Amino acid sequence: MSHKAHIPIGPYHPLQEEPEFYKLVVEGEKVVDVDVRIGYNHRGIEKISESKSFDQSIFIVERICGICSSSHPIACVQAIEDLSGIKVPERALYIRSIVQELERLHSHMLWVGLAGHFLGYNTVFMWGWKYREPICDIMETVTGNRQNYAMLKVGGVRRDIEKEHVPYILTRLDDFTRQLDMLRGAILDDPVLHARLKGVGILTKEEAIDYAALGPTARASGVDIDVRRDHPYAAYDRVKWNVITGTEGDVFAKAVVRILEMYESVSIIRQCLDKLPKGGIDSNPKDIPPGEGIGQVEAPRGECFHYVKSDGTNSPVRHKVRAPTYMNFPTFRHTVIGQTVSDATIILAAIDPCYCCTERMLIVDNKDKELFGVQELIRLSQEKTKRLKIEMGL
Amino acid sequence: MGFKEKILTRSLYVFHVSSGSCNNCDIEILDCLTPRYDLERFGIVLVGSVKHADALLCTGSTNRMCVPRIKLLYEQMPKPGFVIAWGACGSSRGLFKDSYNTGVPLDEIIPVDLYIPGCPPKPEAVIGGVVKLIDKINGKKNK
Amino acid sequence: MKIDEILKKLQDRFGPKVLKVYRKNDKRAYIDICPKDIVEVTRYVFKDLGLRFNIASAVDDFNALEILYHFADDASGYVISLRAMLKDKEDPHIDTITTVTKSAWWIEREMHELFGIHFDGNQDLRPLLLPDDWPQGVYPLRKNFVPPKRDSRKS
Repeated sequence: MSHKAHIPIGPYHPLQEEPEFYKLVVEGEKVVDVDVRIGYNHRGIEKISESKSFDQSIFIVERICGICSSSHPIACVQAIEDLSGIKVPERALYIRSIVQELERLHSHMLWVGLAGHFLGYNTVFMWGWKYREPICDIMETVTGNRQNYAMLKVGGVRRDIEKEHVPYILTRLDDFTRQLDMLRGAILDDPVLHARLKGVGILTKEEAIDYAALGPTARASGVDIDVRRDHPYAAYDRVKWNVITGTEGDVFAKAVVRILEMYESVSIIRQCLDKLPKGGIDSNPKDIPPGEGIGQVEAPRGECFHYVKSDGTNSPVRHKVRAPTYMNFPTFRHTVIGQTVSDATIILAAIDPCYCCTERMLIVDNKDKELFGVQELIRLSQEKTKRLKIEMGL
Repeated sequence: MGFKEKILTRSLYVFHVSSGSCNNCDIEILDCLTPRYDLERFGIVLVGSVKHADALLCTGSTNRMCVPRIKLLYEQMPKPGFVIAWGACGSSRGLFKDSYNTGVPLDEIIPVDLYIPGCPPKPEAVIGGVVKLIDKINGKKNK
Repeated sequence: MKIDEILKKLQDRFGPKVLKVYRKNDKRAYIDICPKDIVEVTRYVFKDLGLRFNIASAVDDFNALEILYHFADDASGYVISLRAMLKDKEDPHIDTITTVTKSAWWIEREMHELFGIHFDGNQDLRPLLLPDDWPQGVYPLRKNFVPPKRDSRKS
């Protein structure tokens, strides 16, 4: 059964003329191999960072990924602070935690919306993104922008949370929690979603450890790691919260972990706002001495890792950036082999890659003839959901 | 502007292409379609094929691998068509202009009709920008 | 296992192969080893001690190419980095650690194309990030890198 078709991922990134990024080889309905080619988003950030000052590099790393827009800067400043032994004021640590958890909320809600779209639940997509808006409003109130917050600096944060903003933040969080409860019931109790997602794209615990998978991708497979607890930073060791893990490692487990993590994030933000200490937000460091430093942060997708080396001048000699998706992507190759073509998009979405990287997927048969592009893949996925609904009599 | 262009302003079909972006702009594009801003009520729709498009919406800092593809997409877009450069990266490559992997700015590859600066541009800025484009097509002076 | 215990285990197990240990604080340690011992040491750290492979980072140190392999102990909250110096900058070689952990697959491809380091035993060193028509022998993250000219790329 070999006829080719291209599957570019769309309709939101319908780069149909792009050459392959993910090339899935299929025999009949089953995926038998995956080849990966990335680089369409490679902007040479590590090299640019070497020609900028330490203060300027923070703005560049913010734009590595739009969704993890506070995780990378926090990891970067932590690496520089680790290098030079700079202490950060307590209030700044709490503010860092608040901004990070707000980012986690908006990122997971965005994921819920996208996953809904891939499965054919377009209402979930629209509602998920609508319910993200209170979080963007809070971000705009606190930081001045909906994305790209420019909140971080070496030795503290740039802006304070004003006392008069706190009631507004708490009200919007209440709105968000109510909407999250509704979405949670709709998603986690839906029998069609159970049939659709359980047992699909399983990553076992041993494989998750061997691939060094991170974040919800690893936690859903039973690997109990979370940088916020294991390598505490900001104010995470000063508030009470739980690490959410699953056991099955399938797409459903990953969805459950993300949804339950949102509740923990709301709790962390409330505790941080409650305990926010008085004081300064900036320790005003002067020079960065020679040395090496490492910063680790739990982004919504997993651990962000930054390594900075300095020779005493104002620019880094080397700035290594490792986003969590870099370690999680290879698990996609492993989990999609043996699965059907109609499940390929949701298995990819389950590792929550930075969206720009889900743009280009190509299906070929075993004679390297192109089969379909992503629009077709998403359509196949949505049709599978419809078929299941009919079979279940819903 | 001719008759065909004026007709397009009634309902603009937009094809989105990203040439190496951080995704913030792409998310803001999707945000414009969600219930809060809902650009679809103005008739603006994202299409799945460039051959159905009236406007090409470009984000991203023109990664070298994407440059030939952007040219190809522009040639395939039926004319008259418009090009919208979205964000700081689309307008001028933004922070990434010194990178070894970014090509020339977008307006040196294809002619650009509308720049919407911002990092990322807020949905309100996008709506304002699209209104300016429509006014320009209809021959009204920008205030 | 605290950081001092792991440093002692490494020194007991590998003796003179551990060239230098810099214990920065409770959470960070940098251990210099010879490039030819990298597979043996990473196998011990990853498989026997159970640390998680974070990433590897290469640096162009003017006199040598330095690769740091970062491993994290999540149970105890620290990161140890194994440093291997490659003195031959013209043709740097080191053994691949993909036999120890699959998670090194991509980073070795990246270090190969951005620094020119060859990983012996890794059959898949195709370019990962750079365009297909990137000139051979030009490594962007080396200090002597001169960026190629920009053009409007007539297709």
